[in-house]
Amino acid sequence: MLPLNADNKMNKLTSYTEAISLIKSEQSIMVGGFGNPGTPMTLIEGLLKSGVRNLTIIKNEANEPGIGISRLVEKGIVRKLIISHLGLNSRVIEMMNNKQVEIEFHPQGILAEKIRSGGAGLLGIITDIGVDTIIADTRKVVDFYGQKAILEKSIRADVALIHAAAADTLGNLCYTKTAFNFNPLMAQAADLVIAETFEVLEPGGIDPDHVHTPCVFVDHVVHVENNPRLYGVLAHHVL
Amino acid sequence: MSYKQRIAERAARTVSTGMTINLGIGLPTLIPCYLDQEVQLLIHSENGVLGAGKAATQENAHPMQIDAGGGYITVNKGASFFDSATSFAIVRGGRLDIAFLGALEVSEKGDLANWIIPGKFAPGIGGGMELAQKARKLIVVTSHCTKKGQSKLIPECTLPVTAKKCVDMIITELAVFEIKNDELFLLEIARESSLDEITEKTAARFRIRGKEIPEF
Repeated sequence: MLPLNADNKMNKLTSYTEAISLIKSEQSIMVGGFGNPGTPMTLIEGLLKSGVRNLTIIKNEANEPGIGISRLVEKGIVRKLIISHLGLNSRVIEMMNNKQVEIEFHPQGILAEKIRSGGAGLLGIITDIGVDTIIADTRKVVDFYGQKAILEKSIRADVALIHAAAADTLGNLCYTKTAFNFNPLMAQAADLVIAETFEVLEPGGIDPDHVHTPCVFVDHVVHVENNPRLYGVLAHHVL
Repeated sequence: MSYKQRIAERAARTVSTGMTINLGIGLPTLIPCYLDQEVQLLIHSENGVLGAGKAATQENAHPMQIDAGGGYITVNKGASFFDSATSFAIVRGGRLDIAFLGALEVSEKGDLANWIIPGKFAPGIGGGMELAQKARKLIVVTSHCTKKGQSKLIPECTLPVTAKKCVDMIITELAVFEIKNDELFLLEIARESSLDEITEKTAARFRIRGKEIPEF
């Protein structure tokens, strides 16, 4: 077992309990994942039990009823969701309709760019997506060299919760298959970045060519078990 | 063959070797079942895969490998995985030859409404606006009428639009239409249907080129 030392930038391996204790009520939290793949299920479990509340969660979608961040919303500890869609989550749609949770929708790739630009130290992006739609009514529309465009503000968060396929103790991360999604973008866009992974390696354990998130962006690496209850194949999505 | 299969079968014939396509959730996902064995193409899914293959089975489903609708997939040789910014660079950067989407309404000028019914249906935006606005060709695959029997092809959209003047082709169980220069043209009629039925069930104004309208 590798030694734990949370204060050492040359060793970011942190215990699950300590990592969760760093997250506070009222904070904004980016959560990686698109559906189950890349959703940091174990860190979410930790949040669920930690007693934090009034969270703002930024994620692609709200997982599905009873899964992932849906459990945080269902428990009533999420004040606001900044999200792309809720197509697979009738329960959160119902809570939105009952005004039990505030929802801010963005086009999926625009949400990604708002986060990417936040991580890149930019103030925002300029886009023509949605200029002819009702989403322009609630956004800053400008004339950009003769073209109608929307100014989209960058998003940063207090915390990002990431699921990586593997991490080294320096905090270098790599992702796999469709579990990349928002993870590498969010890992660059928060003040406190906590990555869970099934596989923790010594420095050099990830070939430098295959590091997707350089360690400078990551604060804590948490080793988690690949629990089939949390990470297994969802039978209802297999033909 | 159900009406959905009928639409998917016709839609599959719009695709040819070398294309990169995106399949919206629902009916569009049936299209690969009807592709000619010899057609080689790349299927993009918004969640970050290019080169998606057939649906996975219990035996080969991988928990970290899904499509944008949540279904487990296989991938073909030459596939790639990437993050959501890259995925939408493919979409907005104009790398999709065709996107197939469903519709609530399509106007005769090619405006598409498919994301919200204010007060009733608001699951969010997802990738729809970007796909509709930026795919090189947008093909709408949809039932010709709503469940209440009202035409989905109408002079002007009554619902909030997903994007304006974005639809290039519409395939329903009754007909194939094309939109060129803000005008709707009837291209083909289903063999089970007739010009009279299409005229009766289409609220949008459409034109016909030539005398004979091919069947499909």
